[in-house]
Amino acid sequence: MYEFKYQRPGTVRQAANILAKDEDAKILAGGHSLLPTMKLRLAKPSQIIDLGRVEGLNTIELKGRSVVIGAMARHVDVANSPVVKEAFPALADLAGVIGDPAVRHRGTIGGSLANNDPNADYPAAVLGLGATIITNKRRIAADDYFKGMFDTALEPGEIIIKVQFPIAKKAAYEKFKHPASGFALVGVFVSKRGSDIRVAVTGAGSNGVFRVTSFEEALKKRFSPKSIEGMTIPADGMNADIHGSAEYRAHLVGVMARRALARA
Amino acid sequence: MPAVSLTVNGKPVTADVDPRTLLVQFLREHLRLTGTHVGCDTSQCGACVIHLDGVAVKSCTTLVMQADGGNVLTIEGLAAADGPLHPMQEAFRENHGLQCGFCTPGMVMTAVDMVRRKGNDLDERTIREELDGNLCRCTGYHNIVKAIAAGAKAMKA
Repeated sequence: MYEFKYQRPGTVRQAANILAKDEDAKILAGGHSLLPTMKLRLAKPSQIIDLGRVEGLNTIELKGRSVVIGAMARHVDVANSPVVKEAFPALADLAGVIGDPAVRHRGTIGGSLANNDPNADYPAAVLGLGATIITNKRRIAADDYFKGMFDTALEPGEIIIKVQFPIAKKAAYEKFKHPASGFALVGVFVSKRGSDIRVAVTGAGSNGVFRVTSFEEALKKRFSPKSIEGMTIPADGMNADIHGSAEYRAHLVGVMARRALARA
Repeated sequence: MPAVSLTVNGKPVTADVDPRTLLVQFLREHLRLTGTHVGCDTSQCGACVIHLDGVAVKSCTTLVMQADGGNVLTIEGLAAADGPLHPMQEAFRENHGLQCGFCTPGMVMTAVDMVRRKGNDLDERTIREELDGNLCRCTGYHNIVKAIAAGAKAMKA
């Protein structure tokens, strides 16, 4: 790791002040994406602003027809939360298949979303449910938030405070897991909330999480795996690496979408 | 250099550290508690698993500053040095749940955490799923799984 100055503010405002004055400062949430990147010397933050001691960032609550999750809620907290399990089992399921048990004890939803790893799980849920990212400055709709691989709509000095998920009547997440890393080779989140149908894919796209509008259209008639039977998406724009070709990933999108629909 | 204070295996520890210090480095290099191993150094292999505030954590992916004020348990703290082994350690010995032994400290710490979360009656499938974050390069999983099932039962007694 390169040298950095360690900061541990007590409030979001203090954290935002440090961040606003230093564009090379980085927020540390659970550290399970940032620290590995720093160990590889792929990131060289001047300051690390640890949110670990900021109070009130890890709450999980039911608010009207939404579940609101604090940015510092760990994956294990979301997976085991009675509120999430009751209102939104698909979201608890997703949190419960991120990484491995020790990773889930540290990793946070805010960290995952701010990092926007193209293979991360949470972006699929956020886009696949039309959630809202609430920062210290504003509310950002999921459709406006993800800007491509490791890129988001977050501006300098902006910190995710919580994420608001509207409760969907039907929702499910299916993931084809990379056997070593646990990341999604392809993960598909499907949801139906009134007439709003969403199919969001993580892991597959070379530009990060995306929606499959052709599947969404086909599902308007009936929200069932049969509605998209035999449908595929083009391999253009899919990731290709030693773990799977673009064609393989495109094929998996259909398979995972049908499995998710069968469970939803 | 910032100061860090934490409890390790029941003993209070205070030190001035470079903020880059990982928890595992602090344990091994500052405290000389070398039972916690570094295998992959990329949060995948689980040789570095310790308990931080009661839950299993990969200490190669945690800054010691993040553990400031916390309570750490390592493999050395699982049983008293002059007493009998912890039931999980004893089960690994009894079932020959190790070959080279490099992954063992992480396996044992993960196993104890597994019992905390999943109870004392663990079936093979649960154990194998829960071992997702611990790799044995000798591929000695068969006896590790047996050892964990036996150790979990013994911890009930």
